[in-house]
Amino acid sequence: MILPFLIIIPLLAAFLITLISGEKDNWAIVLSILAAISLLALSTFSFFTTGNNTFIYEMSGWKIPLTICLVQDALSTFMLVIVNLIALTSLIFSVSYIRHYSAPWKYYALFMLLITGMNGVIATGDIFNLFVFMEIALFAAYGLVAFGCKAEEYEAAFKYAVMGSVSSTLILLGIGILYSATSTLTMAKIAEILPMLDTKLTYWVGAIFLTGFGLKAAVMPFHAWLPDAHSSAPAPISAMLSGVLIKSLGIYTIIRFFYNVLGAPQVFMIILMVIGSISIIVASYLALGQWDLKRLLAYSSISQIGFILLGIGIGTRLAVLGAVFHIFNHAVFKALLFYNSGALEMAIGTRDLRKMGNLKKALPVTSATSMIASLSIAGLPPFNGFFSKLIIIIAAVQANYIVYAVIAIIGSLLTLIYYMKVQRYGFRGGEVVEKTEIPVSLGMKSAMVILAVLCILTSLMIVPGIRELTLDPVVSVIINKTGYISAVLGR
Amino acid sequence: MVIYILCFALLLVGIYGVLTKRDLIKIILSLGIMGYAVNLMFILFAYRTGASYAILVKGKAAAEMVDPLPQALILTSIVIELGITAMLVALAIRLFEKYKTFDITKIRRLSG
Repeated sequence: MILPFLIIIPLLAAFLITLISGEKDNWAIVLSILAAISLLALSTFSFFTTGNNTFIYEMSGWKIPLTICLVQDALSTFMLVIVNLIALTSLIFSVSYIRHYSAPWKYYALFMLLITGMNGVIATGDIFNLFVFMEIALFAAYGLVAFGCKAEEYEAAFKYAVMGSVSSTLILLGIGILYSATSTLTMAKIAEILPMLDTKLTYWVGAIFLTGFGLKAAVMPFHAWLPDAHSSAPAPISAMLSGVLIKSLGIYTIIRFFYNVLGAPQVFMIILMVIGSISIIVASYLALGQWDLKRLLAYSSISQIGFILLGIGIGTRLAVLGAVFHIFNHAVFKALLFYNSGALEMAIGTRDLRKMGNLKKALPVTSATSMIASLSIAGLPPFNGFFSKLIIIIAAVQANYIVYAVIAIIGSLLTLIYYMKVQRYGFRGGEVVEKTEIPVSLGMKSAMVILAVLCILTSLMIVPGIRELTLDPVVSVIINKTGYISAVLGR
Repeated sequence: MVIYILCFALLLVGIYGVLTKRDLIKIILSLGIMGYAVNLMFILFAYRTGASYAILVKGKAAAEMVDPLPQALILTSIVIELGITAMLVALAIRLFEKYKTFDITKIRRLSG
């Protein structure tokens, strides 16, 4: 019964913000932070109460083939926790950051719509409903990318909107084909009927959805929009887009669709592994050559998404565990890195790594947290990124995919190199900067510190006792492919 | 069968336009064509030869009606497309104000 509130609260907050805010943004801030706190509390509560169960909410009293249902299982609640955690820290960071733009209340309204869309995509069990929520999230995302009203931002938003609507059209086409073959829109019902039909249908629909959701996840052949959109948006929005939007709209839907609905056909698993490893290598090389900090971070997102897809593609229990863990870790440290870039941009007014000096003295919190985030994403031992990458590599070796394991190792070495570049040029090299023009505000500092602490704490999720509570139920939902059908349909 | 192929051809026309046209407005129109093709595809999936409107009247069996669900879905997707198109046109206007051109090859300050 919790899931409907995860959609209702942000939607209501969005409309209330547009109604009550005037010149000042005080009420918008209060409302949106209250909404985000309650969302985080609700999603965390639902994650820990769900465990290995599955709860179904059927809308407006109809029964399952006729209604839109919301599915609350370990996977969906896990993703909800990630989304709402990053959303809350992003809002805390936004409070002073977004005052530099005009009409900040519009920002908060769009932000709430973005959360509505993502929560809806994750919660729903109906494939057309998933499409509608996806469009809500994308609408808000286009608006937020263009929020700064500069030429580059419009350009990035236009590119993003064109790519986004092409992929949405393809997804709609796939939904149409599925409906005409199975006469139902409930995902569990589709999964039940599909094995009785021609396997060609599975391949057609799988190919169309892989293209559509792959465009949303920005894996390598479909990545062109991501570096522009993610580097042009305001920093907290970059954190939301890179940290959770590509995961909830891209990775989550790929997992749900290819595992729980199609039952993980071997062809698509191999395709996922191949495009995952291409993403890892090529995006790392492209990131090496960047001097704009946010573009570098955006390319690094593509390569980390590659790690996740590689883990999903290998498909053993250990590999999926690594992928799920990496989804969480990447959301935390990539959001943190984007906050660092935002704080830097505000304090010294540039994103070019060559123009930054030694900022250890001027921005102690920012440079310290960026060090933690860089070490986590590069995969050094005490931090969370190390464990998830290690698990994916070990799983690849165990499943006899030695080539992919080598690719993953090279990829994480390249990651280490370009984050050393960030540290060397951006925070710790060159002339010592004594003081900055604008100090980093308390809200921005606290958002960064929260995520930096989480970077260290979440590596505990791999300890056996805690793993059984947190990651194992999620992995069970993914690995136990047809379990989704019986859990949702109640047989 | 022919009608499905024609419909798919319409979708390909749309994709071709998005991929090759250099004018922002033409790209937006091509996206519209893609959307129309998919909407038409939905209506074709719902169509039954010789069937009538989907309203229950006394003495009429459900088998004689077209499927009403895709028609309802299409209404939703048309509204979404309207929103997207309005958004894209607004962005195109703003881009024209900044760059003084609709040519996509001249709108490229972002690269790398």
